[in-house]
Amino acid sequence: MFDLLVLLIPGFPLVAVVINGLLGHRYSRELAGWLACGAVGLSFLCALAVFGDILGSKIAREVVAYTWIVGGALTVNLGFLIDSLTGVMLLVVTGVGLLIHVYSLGYMHGEEGFTRFFVYMNLFMVSMLLLVMGNNYLVLFIGWEGVGLCSYLLIGYYFDRISAAKAATKAFVVNRIGDAGFLLAIFLIFANFQSLDYTQVLPQVHRLSTEMATAIALCLFIGAVGKSAQIPLYTWLPDAMEGPTPVSALIHAATMVTAGVYMVVRNHALYDMAPAAMTLVGVIGGVTALFAATIGLVQYDIKRVLAYSTVSQLGYMFLACGVGAYIAAIFHLVTHAFFKALLFLSAGSVIHALGGEQDIRKMGGLASKIPLTHKTFLVGTLAIAGIPPLAGFWSKDEIMAHAFVHGHYGLYALAAIGALLTAFYMFRLTYLTFYGTSRIDPHVAHHVHESPPVMTRPLVALAALSIVGGFLGVPPEHGWMHGFLGSVVTPAETSSHTVSAGVMVGLMAFAVIVALSGWGIAHYLYAVKPQAADDWAARAPRVYTTLLNKYYVDELYDAIVVEPCKRLGRSWDWFDFHVIDRVVRGVGRFADVGSATSTWIEKHVIYGVLNLIAYANHLASWSWRKLQSGLVNHYAAVIVAGAFLLVHFLLVWLVGGTRV
Amino acid sequence: MASSSGGFPWITLVVFLPLVGVAAILLAEETRAKWIALGTSLVVLLCSLPLWIGFQESSPAMQFVERYRWIASPPIHYAVGIDGISLPLVLLTTFLIPLCVLVSWTAIETRVREFMISLLVMETATVGVFVALDFVLFYIFWETMLIPMYLLIGVWGGPNRVYAAIKFFLYTLAGSVLLLVAILVLFFTGGHTFDILKLSQAIYPPTLQAWLFWAFFAAFAVKVPMFPFHTWLPDAHVEAPTAGSVILASVLLKMGTYGFLRFTLPMLPDATAAFTPIIMGLSVIAIIYGAYMAFAQADLKKLIAYSSVSHMGFVTLGIFALNAQGIEGAILQMVNHGITTGALFLCVGIIYERTHSREIRDNTGLAKAMPRYATFFMIFALSSVGLPGMNSFVGEFLVLLGAFAWGKLTATLAALGVILAAVYILWMVQRVVYGEPSQQMSHKLFDLHWREMGTLIPLAGFVFWIGLYPKPVLDVMHASVEHLLQHEVRVMTVEQPPRHEKSASLSSSQMAALSGYRDGQLP
Repeated sequence: MFDLLVLLIPGFPLVAVVINGLLGHRYSRELAGWLACGAVGLSFLCALAVFGDILGSKIAREVVAYTWIVGGALTVNLGFLIDSLTGVMLLVVTGVGLLIHVYSLGYMHGEEGFTRFFVYMNLFMVSMLLLVMGNNYLVLFIGWEGVGLCSYLLIGYYFDRISAAKAATKAFVVNRIGDAGFLLAIFLIFANFQSLDYTQVLPQVHRLSTEMATAIALCLFIGAVGKSAQIPLYTWLPDAMEGPTPVSALIHAATMVTAGVYMVVRNHALYDMAPAAMTLVGVIGGVTALFAATIGLVQYDIKRVLAYSTVSQLGYMFLACGVGAYIAAIFHLVTHAFFKALLFLSAGSVIHALGGEQDIRKMGGLASKIPLTHKTFLVGTLAIAGIPPLAGFWSKDEIMAHAFVHGHYGLYALAAIGALLTAFYMFRLTYLTFYGTSRIDPHVAHHVHESPPVMTRPLVALAALSIVGGFLGVPPEHGWMHGFLGSVVTPAETSSHTVSAGVMVGLMAFAVIVALSGWGIAHYLYAVKPQAADDWAARAPRVYTTLLNKYYVDELYDAIVVEPCKRLGRSWDWFDFHVIDRVVRGVGRFADVGSATSTWIEKHVIYGVLNLIAYANHLASWSWRKLQSGLVNHYAAVIVAGAFLLVHFLLVWLVGGTRV
Repeated sequence: MASSSGGFPWITLVVFLPLVGVAAILLAEETRAKWIALGTSLVVLLCSLPLWIGFQESSPAMQFVERYRWIASPPIHYAVGIDGISLPLVLLTTFLIPLCVLVSWTAIETRVREFMISLLVMETATVGVFVALDFVLFYIFWETMLIPMYLLIGVWGGPNRVYAAIKFFLYTLAGSVLLLVAILVLFFTGGHTFDILKLSQAIYPPTLQAWLFWAFFAAFAVKVPMFPFHTWLPDAHVEAPTAGSVILASVLLKMGTYGFLRFTLPMLPDATAAFTPIIMGLSVIAIIYGAYMAFAQADLKKLIAYSSVSHMGFVTLGIFALNAQGIEGAILQMVNHGITTGALFLCVGIIYERTHSREIRDNTGLAKAMPRYATFFMIFALSSVGLPGMNSFVGEFLVLLGAFAWGKLTATLAALGVILAAVYILWMVQRVVYGEPSQQMSHKLFDLHWREMGTLIPLAGFVFWIGLYPKPVLDVMHASVEHLLQHEVRVMTVEQPPRHEKSASLSSSQMAALSGYRDGQLP
């Protein structure tokens, strides 16, 4: 029963993919949409049941569907590992996934490829579930690439838009760079353990030398950096906003991009063995958290601000991993899934209300026109900014406190400045969108309307989760989440630092002050003195344009990677034609000269014989004559006849004489 | 005279049934030619299925063996049989020929009769190559195959077909002559027999092995094609009609890699061990070079042709990794490449029939104009990228895993090919599938009809089947690959002492000289 439930979790969406994919054009799109949502709903129910089971038994169990690949010593099953870490991920993926699916019914209503959209979304669910459920690295990798594929397909959903196609290709290719690192990690793991199953590998990692553990951990981290959009491979995520907004919410905020965090936590035993890798993870995370936040300060596209915010928040999760706060990383993953999905879906509701407008310079004063969306967006903003007692406060505070207490002051500083900026840019976004005077195009203005219930109900649900979700981890370090995940995720150093309650409260208070300061600055710039923001920008134009152009990183990559690759391809093309082919043509000419001497034989003997045969067999109309102009058929004739003659000669005269 | 293992001669039936079809085509009216060809190839496909059903997976021995004396002195036999290495390739061939007939249904307008004859002769020759157990028989099939291929390019090809055909011939000519010499040398040194299995058991002096190795290499590397013997391939592909491209890519290239597996590895183990670093190096170059070349192409067929060079680099990489994962991955990858690249050439042929252009810039926005076509094109493109859940991933993964056990740096460089594949394929998809259809072409773009669907659906089925459940295909090859590797080990270690100091020192010194390339041992 348990096994069946586990298999059904990815099974339901898979069935929906097949049915909608093959037969979707035969029935109404509404049916296709509800089928897709229903499948995810059933999957969610199964996940709940499985989760209940884990809650009761607290033991990890494996379920094998079938043997996938066998080659030499390698055996890979399509198998699942169900433990508490998987359980948490399952609920997040299916739960948030379900809400976003339902929301999409309304948001995508009227889009041309409605059924196609839901096929891709369901396929994404299947892949993401394989990713979090797999019991070995290769199933993880299928899911890993599968979500990348769906991301690719959904970014390019509006396929007649060339910008969407470019963004999709970019996302896939950048992810592929990470995936190559992941593949190398898999090879290293197999070379060391002769197995790819977690249960064979992870309990054995202590046998590895530090160097080998570091190598594997770093290769895995390359994969994580690509998938989770960290420096230096983050550039695809902002462009990925070309996809429909529910896609941004589900794939590029709540689930797929957190896969890297999940992978690092799943392999925490390995990272504990490799301090150097840990340090790198923490530094990359911390720097990304701050770096992306600075870009988010000045962007004008509502979705792009949220995208940079996602990159930044993922940075916090890696920072947590880097300082050994694995449970905090997962905790932040969960709360982030709630409030970032909420923010994206609310943004979608705004865009929906404005008929597709995404530029916040053309918004403003929407609070009264779409009040429910305004409230939910505000909840999301308060949550991400770290205003207590909303979800984001608890998880972010725990990460920062852990970094501080364990002496990672540099990382703590990065995170704290990042938190200030986060609060600022999120409130900036909120003010520009919902408050102040309306800058909306008058043609659009009188069409503004609140979204239908099918969209707002998921918003309300996510808002509720964003408010209370934080209590899963309260009190810090000793909440429910910590107890539940503790069995799987036990850090190497089990709280050797006993911290006084006073320090913890002090850190919390400081975090609140930071968040409120960010809010305050935004309030001053966008509510109290609206023209001040422009003044500030004008005072430091170079900083401003650099930020606006995202530090010119895309241009840099173009100049140092993309263009040289194109040039290299072209120059090798030249090499092929002018060097290798010249040799071939030279040989050809040489052969011509050689063949001239034998032309007489060709023409009068062999070719005659061949023609004779051809005539005799009523094959005269064959292509032999068609090609009489060229030397080509001479070659053909000579080679075949010559080869036979040579063989015959050698066999009969040379070999025939010797005894066999 | 006959020393057949008994049972129904399925292999002979599969090999020569196409020739019966040829006879029928010659006798029938021209308009019936394609129907006869289709019928024949389908019957051949059916007749090849018992080979799979009756195949004993646990046995490494040749199966369905038929053996008749052909010429008494020298002892030449008609000997055929299959093992786990040749079976997948035979099935691949019989599976693809009906599709080639279908795709030529309307594309070939002139000399239909001769075209169909060429296809069927091609089938006989290629299946013959994969099943022959006698070297002379093998060579006959090997050379015979050239004629219909040459005609396919030279008669029904594009404007530059003569140049392409000459190039194709020059390359293969050089290889074939040396192959013949190698066969004769083996005959004299291997106990005066042409029996491939007996010749595989014999032991040859290492110096001779080195010579033979390069003779074989010349023949097989051209076919694969390995860098730097690849420049005939893009031209041949561009000029060949669609069916020709499909056969060329899917079947003909496999004859080279099959040759390495059937002859080079078992017969010349010392030379193989000594020269492996060179082959691995060339494979990696082929993977990366082919990918970059593909990146630079504006012609769809050329792009896919260069991607073939890259993909076949993975196959040779796997073979010369000389371990179970590598070789099994390589065999699977041979099949996968046949399916995926064959399908991509079919796709290009389909669009060429409509727009009469293979230029990427003329064929844009197909998702909008031809949604069903775009779906299939996407599936095969992603398969070519090596996406998990699709066929190529399993093969590439096993190959890379095997290569990694051989040398970490080598596999790492090869893994770059995985990134590059995504770059050139998806860039192509971006330009072909996405965007708006070009103005002058849009009226010519109509979606797939049933016959075209019929050719693409089976291929898509295999893409997912092998991707999701490759076990049936892999199970077929385990025993044979294990046998091959045992042989390799046996000759290299157990039988080395009696072969004197000289042989051992030669190969070990060669190994040492080349070991600089090999980076690091496994723990």
